[in-house]
Amino acid sequence: MENLQIEDRLNLKAKKFLMWLFIIASFMMFAALTSGFIVYTEGNAERGIKVLLPKAFMVSSVIIIISSITAHMAYLAARGLQFSKQKLYITLTIILGIAFFYSQFTAWQALYDSGAYFVNYNASQSFIYVFSGAHLLHVIVGIFFLIYALIGAVRTIPQVRNVFRMEVASIFWHFLDILWIYLYVFLLLNQ
Amino acid sequence: MASTAIHDAVVSHQHDDHGHDHGHHKETFITKYIFSQDHKMIAKQFLITGIAMAVVAMILSILFRLQLAWPDESFPLLETFLGEKWAEGGRIKPDFYLAIVTIHGTMMVFFVLTAGLSGTFSNLLIPLQLGARDMASPFLNMISYWLFFLSCVIMMGSFFVESGPASSGWTVYPPLSALPKAISGSGTGMTLWLISMVLFVASALIGALNYISTILNMRTKGMDMWKMPLTIWAFFLTAIVGVLSFPVLVSAVVLLIFDRSFGTSFYLSDIVVAGQVLPNQGGSPVLWQHLFWFLGHPEVYIVIMPALGITSEVIATNSRKPIFGYHAMVYSLIGITVLSFIVWGHHMFVTGMNPFLGGVFMITTLIIAVPSAVKTFNYLATIWRGNLRFTPAMLFAIGLVSFFISGGLTGIFLGNAALDINLHDTYFVVAHFHLVMGCAAIFGMLCGVYHWYPKLFGRMMDERLGYLHFWATFIGAYLVFFPMHFMGIDGVPRRYYAFTEFAFMQEWLTVNVFITWAAIISAIAQIAFLWNFFYSIYYGKKSPQNPWESNTLEWTAPVEHLHGNWPGEIPSVHRWPYDYSKPGHHTDFIPQTTPFSETMSSNLIHDFEGNPEAEHIQQQWDKEHAPERYTPEQV
Repeated sequence: MENLQIEDRLNLKAKKFLMWLFIIASFMMFAALTSGFIVYTEGNAERGIKVLLPKAFMVSSVIIIISSITAHMAYLAARGLQFSKQKLYITLTIILGIAFFYSQFTAWQALYDSGAYFVNYNASQSFIYVFSGAHLLHVIVGIFFLIYALIGAVRTIPQVRNVFRMEVASIFWHFLDILWIYLYVFLLLNQ
Repeated sequence: MASTAIHDAVVSHQHDDHGHDHGHHKETFITKYIFSQDHKMIAKQFLITGIAMAVVAMILSILFRLQLAWPDESFPLLETFLGEKWAEGGRIKPDFYLAIVTIHGTMMVFFVLTAGLSGTFSNLLIPLQLGARDMASPFLNMISYWLFFLSCVIMMGSFFVESGPASSGWTVYPPLSALPKAISGSGTGMTLWLISMVLFVASALIGALNYISTILNMRTKGMDMWKMPLTIWAFFLTAIVGVLSFPVLVSAVVLLIFDRSFGTSFYLSDIVVAGQVLPNQGGSPVLWQHLFWFLGHPEVYIVIMPALGITSEVIATNSRKPIFGYHAMVYSLIGITVLSFIVWGHHMFVTGMNPFLGGVFMITTLIIAVPSAVKTFNYLATIWRGNLRFTPAMLFAIGLVSFFISGGLTGIFLGNAALDINLHDTYFVVAHFHLVMGCAAIFGMLCGVYHWYPKLFGRMMDERLGYLHFWATFIGAYLVFFPMHFMGIDGVPRRYYAFTEFAFMQEWLTVNVFITWAAIISAIAQIAFLWNFFYSIYYGKKSPQNPWESNTLEWTAPVEHLHGNWPGEIPSVHRWPYDYSKPGHHTDFIPQTTPFSETMSSNLIHDFEGNPEAEHIQQQWDKEHAPERYTPEQV
């Protein structure tokens, strides 16, 4: 019995490891996009961002940092068997995630208004949309992970699995946070 | 507390699933054969889909070989099968020629040699050779196969659209691939190609994540990393290369999709098609090449490394000798893994690259010859004075070594930035990569099929058909690809539709006829394999428990597949997998599950990895039973 329990826990460990590997893979995708940006932009002096990045990106950054904190608090609550707190914090994180979405759309609107269109002879500006769009796709996936964890908490699944889902969701959410900060700083440095 | 109890209930249920016969939890046809989550069934699905794709890609290659050999001849049969659109008057049309060259490359590289090879053998062998019940996530494993299947269907589907399949070469360089007006294949066919590739990358990534996590987390007791068979090392490093390189292809493809469908200008600039100036400005087509080859070059190692792993295992087993330089084999695989990421520029020497940068890529490219040569010499040293058993698998393994040498040597010339000015995009390149990654990898795959067929299907393949298959394919492949070196040195470019239009190429027409006959013969030889493969699934000889007298764990699992691989407890591992012909032992192989306490007459002091107690016990035993082996000064 004890052996099998260890086996089961090892399986969860292996599954959690899958999430880390997925993070590496998706980081590689963004590394490719940002290196593509550098290769492209360095190729010609006429290329480059050449506009001020919208203020909304700053708002988004603040939102996603706060959501990362709430995700961590939900994880701590799950560890401490405080399930109502866990549910509250997951819900908060999801709401902040949606707010992040909204804020990114405002940023796109602002970019559009300032003349930095997606369809553009200067593809450096198109890249801004590609970066934030690809990141938003990841945010959708992250929200699904959070909902999955929330469902687990609502249905009171076994604690081992509850913590597992919570941990996977929050690892991914922190990654989204760090990824956005990376992209934002990258764009600021190339402004 | 309550949740712990529930958890125990879950565990004990799983125990039922795994431990005992699986008769009492219902398996329908659909869960067993179609949406299976069992790694052995998924391996078979990958293999059979891969074989189907290989047959399609091979038929395509025969079609364009016919065109190259007899450009002026008419084959009415072709019109019957392909229709007026693609083979009017029995002659393959230029557009269709380019399409079949493209799809042949795409299918062979991605569907056969990536999914068919890694997908089959990683899925089959990782849990079985490491002693795991299944993959880290059997569910994701199932998803991985079905995404692959879907991507195959979409790729095949592109043959049935109005404008025909993608036809800008398997590297789909823009602007050709980005502009539907440039070539008919860049219309819907190209869109389908891109969708198919995105699905394929998702499948390959999910698979790779699973392989890595399983290898790192789910090894049985005693199986530390340095006791893993070289197959597992190869699959592990291949998966790492995949995780780091495939996402880059996704990025490249996403940008290409934007260029094609949304009017952006990532890759496009200054283009005039049929007198019309296109609106796209400011893009950089070389950006695609950077992103593509950052995947594309590691991809060739994704193709060859599993084959190298498989042959390491097969050569050691059938030479009845420990693999020569186990650690060197692992470190050379690691070396190839690392270097594979810093050589992509050698595909781009003639894109106007800074000569200094070209020099850097040239050096890294030539350095990669070192680990490759280490592996080759280790194979030869393993075979040297071995007690060879020429099973079909062994022959294919030796065939791989042969192709790897003869194809690898030309890589040294191609990796040179100066020589590449002459050689790039000629048949020399075609000869090089078909030998070193095409033939070598497919021979590794066939070697694996012959060797692990008993594990896959519980039956044996026919040996005589295997020998026929080997010799016809081996000789045929050399006859096909060897003459291409000379064509390439003479400057004959690849992908050209007909050699009749250029005076200097006309003299090569006779060689083309020769190559095409060789290709037809080796294609016919594959019927021997296909017959053997499918016939033996049902009527082959029943496989014994350990048909090749091999050491690795998979041969301790029952021949009849069961969910969870081993009834009862998973065997634990006590030694490395290459104890063949160990002096002092009564058989010429000692399985990994045999503890040292049962092989006192053959243990060596270094087997104990510095454990003083075990060394002491061994020395006491030697003193009493085998005084000639007693070496007290080693204490």
